[in-house]
Amino acid sequence: MPLGYISRRLFHLLLIMVGVSVLVFLMLRMIPGDPARLLLGELASPDELARLRTQLGLDQSYLTQYAIYVKNLLLGDFGKSVRTGAPIANEIGVRLLATIELSLAAMVIATLFGIAAGVVSSVKQYTLLDYGSMFLALIGVSMPIFWLGLMLIYLLSVKFPILPMMGRITMGLEAPPVTGLVVIDTLIAGQLGAFWDSLQHLFLPSFTLATIPMAIIARITRSSMLEVLNKDYVRTARAKGLNEVIVILRHALRNAFLPVVTVLGLNFGLLLGGAVLTETIFSWPGLGRYVVDSLMSRDYAAVQSCILIFAVVMALINLVVDLVYVVLDPRIRVQ
Amino acid sequence: MSKLDPMSDLLRNKSATLGLALIALIVIAALIGPALAPYDPLIPSPLERLKGPSSAHFFGTDSLGRDILSRVIYGSRISLAIGLISVTISLAPGTLLGLLAGYFGGKLDSLIMRLMDVLLAFPAILLAIFITAILGPSLPNTMIAVGIVYIPHYARIVRSSVLSLREQLFIQAIGHLGGSHGRIIWGHIFPNSLPPIIVYATLGMGTAVLQAAALGFLGLGAQPPQPEWGAMLSEGRQYIQLAPHVAAFPGAAILFLVLGFNLFGDGLRDALDPSLRSL
Repeated sequence: MPLGYISRRLFHLLLIMVGVSVLVFLMLRMIPGDPARLLLGELASPDELARLRTQLGLDQSYLTQYAIYVKNLLLGDFGKSVRTGAPIANEIGVRLLATIELSLAAMVIATLFGIAAGVVSSVKQYTLLDYGSMFLALIGVSMPIFWLGLMLIYLLSVKFPILPMMGRITMGLEAPPVTGLVVIDTLIAGQLGAFWDSLQHLFLPSFTLATIPMAIIARITRSSMLEVLNKDYVRTARAKGLNEVIVILRHALRNAFLPVVTVLGLNFGLLLGGAVLTETIFSWPGLGRYVVDSLMSRDYAAVQSCILIFAVVMALINLVVDLVYVVLDPRIRVQ
Repeated sequence: MSKLDPMSDLLRNKSATLGLALIALIVIAALIGPALAPYDPLIPSPLERLKGPSSAHFFGTDSLGRDILSRVIYGSRISLAIGLISVTISLAPGTLLGLLAGYFGGKLDSLIMRLMDVLLAFPAILLAIFITAILGPSLPNTMIAVGIVYIPHYARIVRSSVLSLREQLFIQAIGHLGGSHGRIIWGHIFPNSLPPIIVYATLGMGTAVLQAAALGFLGLGAQPPQPEWGAMLSEGRQYIQLAPHVAAFPGAAILFLVLGFNLFGDGLRDALDPSLRSL
């Protein structure tokens, strides 16, 4: 692994994070209204307002305010939520894990089905199967996921009540938290009934969230496979008399995998964004829903913290994807 | 040869034609809305609340008894306006920044592209939510928010096409002949980088409609009683158990319009830039 490359990428990441924090800081200062009044309410006296302004550092210059803000961020102090009065860092921790559980499940669904559809489409190019799955993929990227979520709720929770429509697990079945991922925790606790229950809760939201990435992965896998299937080494593998399944999976798919990995990484951003909508529809207690709820109650400190967290997670995922790319393909010479 | 004639290529492409037909259908609905809509989209009718689809109301009625078909028809105006205006808001500064970064290179390029990287570091919908929260929930602010979010995408695309154009012989020749920067950029580089911009803007219309609908769904976009599709879906969410049609039809309308832009955009890309055909 080229160390120079990693350090350059980390430096770039740091620059972006500084930019992100400056942007969020400036944008918050552009919100009309006095933050102190927002926190204390309309009935606060001028003295109380002045005291809180001093306490929050609002009477300092922007530069000093930014320095305090960054210092607090680095210390993990995100401030207190106006809505609940609790430290935002604590509130975010639990919710971030719920979002990670949802996103990971969605990514697994999107990857498995997306790659399968892409491979089948490329192998059966120009057949009904190919046209059908690519048209479905196009519908997948054109569909508002909040609409799909609602329609799935109607179909599978109301009309045919097979799956639960909200929450992470049925009340009372919770396992003691170890990882914070309910599905894993129930498994660790050996509570199979609760495990099954949490899987059922996870299915609709994660499937809904998976549709767009699934569609994109299917399209990119197909085009990448089509390029590879005509290559000499695939022809050679076939000429050797290898089983067609082995030719496709071991010789073609493996070489077609690089663009797919890139797309997988890029799609994490989509997943995090999609989580805002999916969590709202399915009352999933994650970070996305927390942002929306905080926004509705004008809890801007919480909103800005979540946005920063999302940006950091996205940047880290991009970094990991770049590194995986280098590991996967030794031919890549990083400039 | 078909390769030399993008227009006939485009018209021969069945999915692009389907896309164009879908867009045309919605544009017509928007243009002749009042003649087409059976009822007023805003006037409540308390006795007709949450009625399912019937011959009197093809798409049923909403919680205030308003005809959903009429609201979907009027909503097409809003969604098309969102697509056009948001894309223009992204396109104009994005193109300018991409041209400047790609043509002049060096520090200006680094500065512009790092700024764009910062904007790209946020999930799009979250940045749009944040901007709308600052500007205040309304339809025009939704368009501005969605527009700003996609500026970096256009800047990147234009920059990369400028980078390859800048090295072309004809551009260098104009420089040697004493052509000013302005003339080279606007007279030669800009027109030659138009095809990818057009393709991306068409696909971007669909994305803008989806994002704006999402903001509407979250209550940050068009405010009641405006018949915006996302906001209608949001209302339908409350009645999903009793009256799923309230959410079903506006959502289907969004799907059709976005599908139209995506099909047509894919066709345009194949016709204008065959090198990207496999994608």
